[in-house]
Amino acid sequence: MGPALSLFLLFVVWPIIKAVQFSVYRWKGFGPLTDFVGWRNYDSVLHNEVFTGALLHNLAIVALSLLIQLPLGLAIALLLNRRMWGQGMLRTVIFVPYVLSEVIAGVVWFQLLQPQYGVVDALLAAVGLEGPEQGWLGTPEYALYTVFAVLTWKYLGLAVILFLAGLQGVPEELFEAAQLDGASWWQVQRRITIPLLGPTLRVWAFLSMIGSLQLFDMVWILTGGGPANATTTMATFLVTEGTKRQNYGIAAAASVVLFVVALVMALLYQALVLRRDVRDASVGAGR
Amino acid sequence: MSGGRLGRSPRVFGGGTPLVYAVALLVAVVTLAPVSFAVIGGLRSNAQLAESPAGLPDPVVTDNYRRVLTSQAFWQYALNSTVIAVITTALVVVLGLMAAYPLARYRFRWREPLYMTFVVGLLFPATVAIIPLFVLVTRDLHLGNSWWGVALPQAAFALPVTVVILRPFLMALPDELEEAALIDGASRIGFFWRIVVPLSRPGMVTVGVLAFVGSWNAYLLPLLLLQGDRKTLPLGVADFSTQYSSDTAGVFAFTTLAMIPALAFFLLLQGRIVSGLQGAVKG
Repeated sequence: MGPALSLFLLFVVWPIIKAVQFSVYRWKGFGPLTDFVGWRNYDSVLHNEVFTGALLHNLAIVALSLLIQLPLGLAIALLLNRRMWGQGMLRTVIFVPYVLSEVIAGVVWFQLLQPQYGVVDALLAAVGLEGPEQGWLGTPEYALYTVFAVLTWKYLGLAVILFLAGLQGVPEELFEAAQLDGASWWQVQRRITIPLLGPTLRVWAFLSMIGSLQLFDMVWILTGGGPANATTTMATFLVTEGTKRQNYGIAAAASVVLFVVALVMALLYQALVLRRDVRDASVGAGR
Repeated sequence: MSGGRLGRSPRVFGGGTPLVYAVALLVAVVTLAPVSFAVIGGLRSNAQLAESPAGLPDPVVTDNYRRVLTSQAFWQYALNSTVIAVITTALVVVLGLMAAYPLARYRFRWREPLYMTFVVGLLFPATVAIIPLFVLVTRDLHLGNSWWGVALPQAAFALPVTVVILRPFLMALPDELEEAALIDGASRIGFFWRIVVPLSRPGMVTVGVLAFVGSWNAYLLPLLLLQGDRKTLPLGVADFSTQYSSDTAGVFAFTTLAMIPALAFFLLLQGRIVSGLQGAVKG
């Protein structure tokens, strides 16, 4: 117990307390903390257009994941949840992007998305389409969506694997009963499978949300937050402020804001959505 | 088990219809295409890549791969990644088990508050603490640019999920087992090493794999803490990509070789990784 607790207190709890402390000082990283500024760092972070833009980008990624990755992952999982040739192999294949680091995936996609000479634009040209002149990652209007597309490529496999696992928990008798009653495939999915998959979907949504709020690696590799701050996230903002500009106080305030946003969303989600699962689980206990 | 449930009722739901196979094929192609372009691109020259970005090697160029494999930096990065991942994994498994065991099986006053401290730790991403962590490791502990400087915080941040996965595992061991061992003259420590550790091996492998993959793929913490010949593979890949961004073929070769260890590890321990993630989600 002792060593684990010490490690945890020293490297997790202590830095978090220090982050709160740094956030109320102006500190460039040298000498003692003397320049107490109270809420001023928070004030300047929350009135900084780059930061509010970053917050909006994080929220956009959260929303896009729920609106696009969830239905897409669910559709693929439902389609694959049957006896078919090559299913085991497909499960392996679909999980490959998840195992690669975001850096490696990002670097490969960065090359594929190069304007004109990249594979993506070459394939588009082959069907008569033309990519944007500055490239997908270099055009402010497209950059965030392009980052999201790469994230979808990387993380869809995880969703599919988790959903498929959840589907195995759906009792087979239900299908047979529904089938005897003459239900179509789609009716069975909509009325039985998807509702029973609810807990898995809600937990995935929670993980996806928390991950989207902390997004850093992929953005740092693909765009560095550019072009013209079109893809900054809260994490890229605080790393830039902290390590490139030595504004440790501002960076700490941004990290506290990031934590509070994540915590509030987590608590709301817990209260509004996940609570149902706890209730359902206690009703269904002993199944 | 796997997905055969609907298939058992072929009358209505069928097995694979052509539509299903078409979708499956599309998913597989979209998933693998970028990786394949990287692998194949590494076998082409930059001139070939510029002429037809999506083409096949003609002729095959092995120079890109050879250059990476003979560069000292690549092997140094791979060594750093390996050492850091091994230290992190060992710390996580050993300390995680030592923490989860009393939290699961001893009765003491602060048990639940302590457990909750770890659970709340799940909500703190390293990102939030990254700036003070950087100051702590480099200035206070003088561990900047060292293997331990990255491994210790990584292990600390992996502890919450480890404790959360291992505790139910250990709670499930029947009390009778412990009583029997004690009657047979085993000490509590003896019971821990001879009974608990072997029986909780599946749980330990799961958390170990998660810790290893997490460390192997980590970017932010190493980015702030490591420089020069202490860099890990992700940092090396990112550097190579920015320094030689016009050498597309070289970048492809470098990234391909850098992704091999993670892929090999995954294929070997696939079942463990997937069930570990599912366990973490259901937790």
